[in-house]
Amino acid sequence: MNSLNQFFATFIRIYIDGFRNLSSWGRKVWLIIIIKLFVIFAILKLFFFPDFLGRKYNNDIQRSEYVRNQILNSSDKND
Amino acid sequence: MIENINPGLIDWSRAQFALTAIYHWLFVPLTLGLSFLVAMMETIYVRTGKEEWKRLTRFWMTLFGINFAIGVATGIILEFEFGTNWSNYSWFVGDIFGAPLAIEGILAFFLESTFVAVMFFGWNKVSRKFHLLSSWLVAIGASFSALWILVANAWMENPVGMVFNPDTVRNEMMNFWAVLFNPVAVDKFLHTISSGFVLASMFVMGISAWFLIKKREELLAKRSILIAGIFGLASSLFLAFTGDSSARTIARIQPVKFEAFEALSDGKQNAPLVAFGVLHGSGEKIGGKELPNFIFKIEIPDLLSVMTSGNKDAYVPGLKDHIEGNSDKGILSVIEKAERGKIARQTLLDYKKAKENKDNEQIGVLLKKFQDQGFRDNYFKYFGYAFINSPEEVIPEIYGAFYSFHLMVILGFLFILIFSLALIFLFNGTIGSKRWFLWILLFSIPLPYLASELGWILTEMGRQPWIIQDLMPVKIAVSNISADSVKTTFFLFVFIFTALLIAEISIMLKQIRLGPKH
Repeated sequence: MNSLNQFFATFIRIYIDGFRNLSSWGRKVWLIIIIKLFVIFAILKLFFFPDFLGRKYNNDIQRSEYVRNQILNSSDKND
Repeated sequence: MIENINPGLIDWSRAQFALTAIYHWLFVPLTLGLSFLVAMMETIYVRTGKEEWKRLTRFWMTLFGINFAIGVATGIILEFEFGTNWSNYSWFVGDIFGAPLAIEGILAFFLESTFVAVMFFGWNKVSRKFHLLSSWLVAIGASFSALWILVANAWMENPVGMVFNPDTVRNEMMNFWAVLFNPVAVDKFLHTISSGFVLASMFVMGISAWFLIKKREELLAKRSILIAGIFGLASSLFLAFTGDSSARTIARIQPVKFEAFEALSDGKQNAPLVAFGVLHGSGEKIGGKELPNFIFKIEIPDLLSVMTSGNKDAYVPGLKDHIEGNSDKGILSVIEKAERGKIARQTLLDYKKAKENKDNEQIGVLLKKFQDQGFRDNYFKYFGYAFINSPEEVIPEIYGAFYSFHLMVILGFLFILIFSLALIFLFNGTIGSKRWFLWILLFSIPLPYLASELGWILTEMGRQPWIIQDLMPVKIAVSNISADSVKTTFFLFVFIFTALLIAEISIMLKQIRLGPKH
């Protein structure tokens, strides 16, 4: 247990020291990463990419019924 | 109620996915290849203890880090698109697609939060050997992470190891190992990672050539060319080998795609391989689709027969065989496949009615039918053909497939030549004085990117009209959402990805100009 704690402590120390001593390019790319993750998860996901079936239906039975109808009705159109 | 899908929506959804995938793939292959080159350089440093190898390692590691950081999470957007734009498809593929992507996500997170951190922040804080181990684990982990994405993609090309559940309307994984060792997945993985190795090797050689042109860091540049040249040559030879194997698998599993990228309208014995050619319309049509012919072509006699069957006298089917059928060769026509597909679809419809009527006996009979191997192999396998309106609809865009494939192959052989020449000039000590060749190396950096993207364009366009080969056409996979919202996000992505690319290039160029730290 002690060695495992030591292992994690080393990792945390590496992180802290690494962020304290970031190079110029390191600061730039971390800034880009943070902006990018914010845009992806807080803007794109929330406002532009909802889960289509998840939002439209409450449970999997309704979702499977919807997809079944979509598929079967599509084929009816092609007969 | 039948919900009508606007054809414009399908095109915009496809365009958006293509745009995202193409941009995402600008970052991934360099990560795959450069991580191995860095690990090799660091290995030499650890074994020799020479500081110049450490400088070299840290320089290329910096460029790896920039690429890795800018590219990270760009692939997540593809998963968003599945859930929003391709919901019928996402539902239909069920856990087949979810399981490999989940493994990839967990693996990527684990790697990125641990070993990449040790790689960049761990110099002088952990032992040399542990640091080296971290670098190798990042390299192996990046390829392993790519494996799961490629396994998922390969399943779309060759759906195996699953059974369709008519209750949930989902495909459920029956045999994980069949999914993992799908022949398309094996070929795709080996071909894709080796293309990343080639791309990164060319990247390292091109930048090293720039240092030689500028007469800066000459020793380090030559050492980089040595490592990248050997790795690049070995990888490009392996790439040719895996490409050959991949083409053979496609000929067997996706013959129409194969015939499209060979522009092979008529089947023939002793089929020649077209090394290159220029296409034009032949005037001959299948339905409304005109088949192409060659204005001119360079052929290698019998080679296509040898490549596909190992026998120069073997018959190689053409597009007409697979569209109109060829009973002598045991090839079903599209119409015959559509009949079988419609039986599978009717079985699903009957199941729905049995459920509505609460007819438990009929439900049991039909459930067994969906699990029966004979029904799966002879009927459900062609489920997607029930939605095909006319036989020619299953022919992909031949011109795009033919030119993408042939340009990719030509570039592949060019890379073998470039890596070979670089090593020859390096070993005879003349590389520094051959400025013309150094310029070629520098301007060759974009070529593997082009080849790699062409490979993906061929893979995805060549599979059309299918999103899942023979099971689901693209037109029924798309969500019934507004085409305008897809257009909006398309242009939003153009802006975001272009900004990321500009950021990557500008930060990288600055670091390259600075060169390795002293």
